[in-house]
Amino acid sequence: MEESKKTILEVKDLVVSFNMYKKGFRKEDLEVIHSLSIDVKEKEIVAIVGSSGSGKSILASAILGLLPGNAKTGGSIDYMGQPLDDVRRKQVLGTEIAYIPQSVDHLDPVMKVGPQVVGVHSTKEKQRKMFQKYQLDEKVEQMYPFQLSGGMARRVLISAAVLETPKLIIADEPTPGLSVDLAMETLKHFRKIADEGTGILLITHDIDLAFEVADRIAVFYAGTIVEISPTEDFKRGKEYLRHPYSQAFLAALPQNEFQPIPGTQPYAGNLPEGCLFANRCPYVSDRCSGEIPMREVRGGKVRCVNAT
Amino acid sequence: MQLKVEHIDFRYTEKSPWILRDISLTIESGERVGIVGPSGCGKSTLAKIIAGYEKPTSGIVTIDGQPLPSKGMCPVQMIFQHPEYAVNPRWKMKKTLNECWQPGDELIQQMGIEKDWLNRWPAELSGGELQRFCIARVLSPDVKFLLCDEVTTMLDVITQAQIWQVLLENAKKNDYGMLIVTHNMALAEKVCTRIVSLGTDTNGL
Amino acid sequence: MGAFLWGLFMNPEKYAVHYADKFLAPSLEHPFGTDFVGRDMFYRCIKGLSNSIVVGILASAVSSVVALVLGIASAVCGKWVDMVVNWCVDLCMGLPHLVLLMLISFMLGKGVKGVTIAVALTHWPSLTRIVRAEVMQIRSSQYVQAAYKMGISKWKVAVTHIVPHVLPSYLIGLVLLFPHAIMHEASITFLGFGLPAEMPAIGVILSEAMKHLATGKWWLALFPGLLLLIAVVLFDVIGDNLKKLWNPGSGNE
Repeated sequence: MEESKKTILEVKDLVVSFNMYKKGFRKEDLEVIHSLSIDVKEKEIVAIVGSSGSGKSILASAILGLLPGNAKTGGSIDYMGQPLDDVRRKQVLGTEIAYIPQSVDHLDPVMKVGPQVVGVHSTKEKQRKMFQKYQLDEKVEQMYPFQLSGGMARRVLISAAVLETPKLIIADEPTPGLSVDLAMETLKHFRKIADEGTGILLITHDIDLAFEVADRIAVFYAGTIVEISPTEDFKRGKEYLRHPYSQAFLAALPQNEFQPIPGTQPYAGNLPEGCLFANRCPYVSDRCSGEIPMREVRGGKVRCVNAT
Repeated sequence: MQLKVEHIDFRYTEKSPWILRDISLTIESGERVGIVGPSGCGKSTLAKIIAGYEKPTSGIVTIDGQPLPSKGMCPVQMIFQHPEYAVNPRWKMKKTLNECWQPGDELIQQMGIEKDWLNRWPAELSGGELQRFCIARVLSPDVKFLLCDEVTTMLDVITQAQIWQVLLENAKKNDYGMLIVTHNMALAEKVCTRIVSLGTDTNGL
Repeated sequence: MGAFLWGLFMNPEKYAVHYADKFLAPSLEHPFGTDFVGRDMFYRCIKGLSNSIVVGILASAVSSVVALVLGIASAVCGKWVDMVVNWCVDLCMGLPHLVLLMLISFMLGKGVKGVTIAVALTHWPSLTRIVRAEVMQIRSSQYVQAAYKMGISKWKVAVTHIVPHVLPSYLIGLVLLFPHAIMHEASITFLGFGLPAEMPAIGVILSEAMKHLATGKWWLALFPGLLLLIAVVLFDVIGDNLKKLWNPGSGNE
């Protein structure tokens, strides 16, 4: 990777916790994201892979400032080298940072699709052109969100996001519901947008998808990212990966050995000290119980003291 | 034993489009049939019809020539994609596990269910952990066919591999037939003895 | 609650007529003042409130039983029953509440009986809808469907799955019905279609106060009005807190 590329998004040691009712009126802080670090450079697609419900979407919400009121955050989120705070968010969201949400629920249900996609920042011509690109009929403009089929809705969401050639796109599971052809088409489009300079953060549980387009893949485990490595390393095989979890992850894929390791992911509120993977790791040692920093290893980043 | 699906047609109302048209399928004991196809092609609906959750518009499902019994434990059981909807959120896991039969310690251990989980609420367990309960609670000796509808789609790949390992082991031991609905071709190839692909033309995307 | 019990066993002497003390402004001796025949307004209000609460409890208890039975029947007994129940619900909700209340109360000869029955008969529709929706939702949930397939009998599913699920929202609905019942009882009494004039009731007190308000006897209306408001808000708060307690999820915001 060339070092000259500009960093668009940099998340450092992000912590997100929710204040929840436990029993009765007692409230408790539940930490769901723990010192998570990730960066997205220009012209680059970074995929975050991990199981559904493990908190990947919370990361997107944290970046976009969409967390509910009972959430607390720590750490820093920088956009173009400067902290992304609420004031800054207002300026850049929708123009420089685009979001492709998981479902149509994010559209205004009582507004026609066309004007909604145009929004406040764009023009009708741009929207027309983008709809054509995504094989959306002109009739679609006059429809309400509930009239869209799953695939159509997906395309509307994507076209809305890429309308204004943003600098950063955050896509949360953009392809389910699309046919294979259209999914591939969408990914190719992502690639093209990225090549023109946009940084894309792709959140997905579909590892195949990540393999297809991403430049780097970040492995999400128990609320943090344990490894960020070039996609090439993932394709070459588990020996090339750095973190024992990523290695186990690759080995468990049905297209590979389909061989699981025992144990389960620890969940928020019941986390071990030190390395979150320690209780399942074959190489566990005393050093794993302390603070585990993110380290650079062979051109990737890994949160493991033993990785070489 | 033989589970036979004959000429199934299905649509929700008389005006809505057909979801399934003239589907026929036979599953023998010990067989693991995979159904693959893009999302929205009716895979899940077919599984629901076979398990008796939906009534087909026309056509019939038989087991050794007899229609599925409407009373008592159904010999065809289905496991769903979202285990969190398949368990009562107000019940402790122990009650859920023992709802229709008492799974033995051996099975519980084999499923990787820890004793400690039995006294928890469903909301305190992850999807993978819940799915183990959902599987264990229907693996009674009365069950002859098991339908798995994307059972590991929402789980991480390691849990996915764990669960399939147990399912395959168990299927071999008890010689039940399986129908496996999935969109993941690699998975289907690994776990199925035979793969059927459902038409792609039914869903106008 | 205290006011309610206190009022229930209160000595009628406390709000007896004392012509000598009529129209006294609030003082330490008579915190809420006295009315046109010299009755102590404080004690009268408490007694009135407790009367209102009795009517409210009776009415919402009857109402909620009606709602529970109709709601479950409409969700379980098939299309026809559902249609009839829904039709009744729409009918009752379509008519202006107060008009219906007055009609029924008047028809039954006013008084405690009239008011209670009127309030009971007009407050079931919304709760019926809630119960019906809850039962319908749970009936189609995967775990109930799965239970049927596992050979669990209908009766057992109803007792073990459906009732425990419906109960919390039913009870919350019941508690939240309460302030409504009290308010409506007070309203029709105020309008003269409810409790008789000799009985201390917030509605009666307020309508009497109307006559003297223009002459500057502000305490006659202010304190009973406030008391009614506080009682209603109190029940509302209790209901909302119960809601939080039973569904921790809804209280996380």
